[in-house]
Amino acid sequence: MIHWNSFSDFLAMGGYGLYVWGSFGVTALIMIVEPIMAIRRRKTLVLRLKRQLRAEKSTHKAGSTSRSNGEVGKETRSSQ
Amino acid sequence: MNNRLINWFKYASPQSFYPLAGKMIPWFTALAVIFGIAGLWIGMAVAPTDFQQGEGYRIIFIHVPASWMSMFIYLVMAFWAALGLAYNTRLSGMMASALAPTGALMAFLSLWTGALWGKPMWGTWWVWDARLTSELILLFLYIGFIALQASIDDPRRADKAGAILALVGVVNIPIIYFSVKWWNTLHQGSSVSLTKSPSMAMLMLWGMLLMALSFWMYSIAVSLIRARSIMLERERNTEWVKDVLAGEGK
Repeated sequence: MIHWNSFSDFLAMGGYGLYVWGSFGVTALIMIVEPIMAIRRRKTLVLRLKRQLRAEKSTHKAGSTSRSNGEVGKETRSSQ
Repeated sequence: MNNRLINWFKYASPQSFYPLAGKMIPWFTALAVIFGIAGLWIGMAVAPTDFQQGEGYRIIFIHVPASWMSMFIYLVMAFWAALGLAYNTRLSGMMASALAPTGALMAFLSLWTGALWGKPMWGTWWVWDARLTSELILLFLYIGFIALQASIDDPRRADKAGAILALVGVVNIPIIYFSVKWWNTLHQGSSVSLTKSPSMAMLMLWGMLLMALSFWMYSIAVSLIRARSIMLERERNTEWVKDVLAGEGK
């Protein structure tokens, strides 16, 4: 059922080895690298957004404490 | 746009599509691997030698699927772009942007494997004939789409500009497809067509179709991964993204 007599036959591809494996090699490389980069992009994005979210929360807290210290007027003026 | 008008519009919003995409990715990945192994087995181990091209013809098992996908992804991208222009739905632009890099890579693979096939069979890596040139233009359209979107800061305006470029570029798809009929090209005609029986041995045909299915599933999986990132990025100030981030990594 298998078309090839030996593994070296398979690698040689009847003299077309360079062209066949050059095609399959680059295709395999792209199909491995592209998903890895897409997954990594999502991971770094999630980390970045989480950091931003934490930073936002802490500034909100800082804002509310300063307000409780009676500096409301100052804050609204600076935001206008 | 009333999202409750038709039921399937439910998934047209990013917050309901995001988890759905997350559930679908493993399935499409698994199918890509299964079809890929089956296709490679038939194509590389079992299929006989071609009487004209020897073993060199085996490049067909990636060249044709990559070329098909490069054209098909463009059509899907243009479809989403048109939908976004017509209905101003948020998801459409995100899907179009998610598809473009995969489409560009498929166009590149089509040209790359074509060059490696052309060298031994035609004696040249490249000719400026209709099929090859129009496929090169397709690659430039993808790159142009990506570059145009990247150059506009406001994502909604980037979507609109990209959509117009994508829609204008659709004219290139029938040119690629029919180029081998309309002009005298060095490139051979299609081996598989809807109107006549295929001009290939059954095993070769099966290997190619399985590889095409594998490329199809691969493209869906990797585009969905990318689409999920785009959804999070663009909707980062909404409550649903905050909920997703809270549940992430726990």
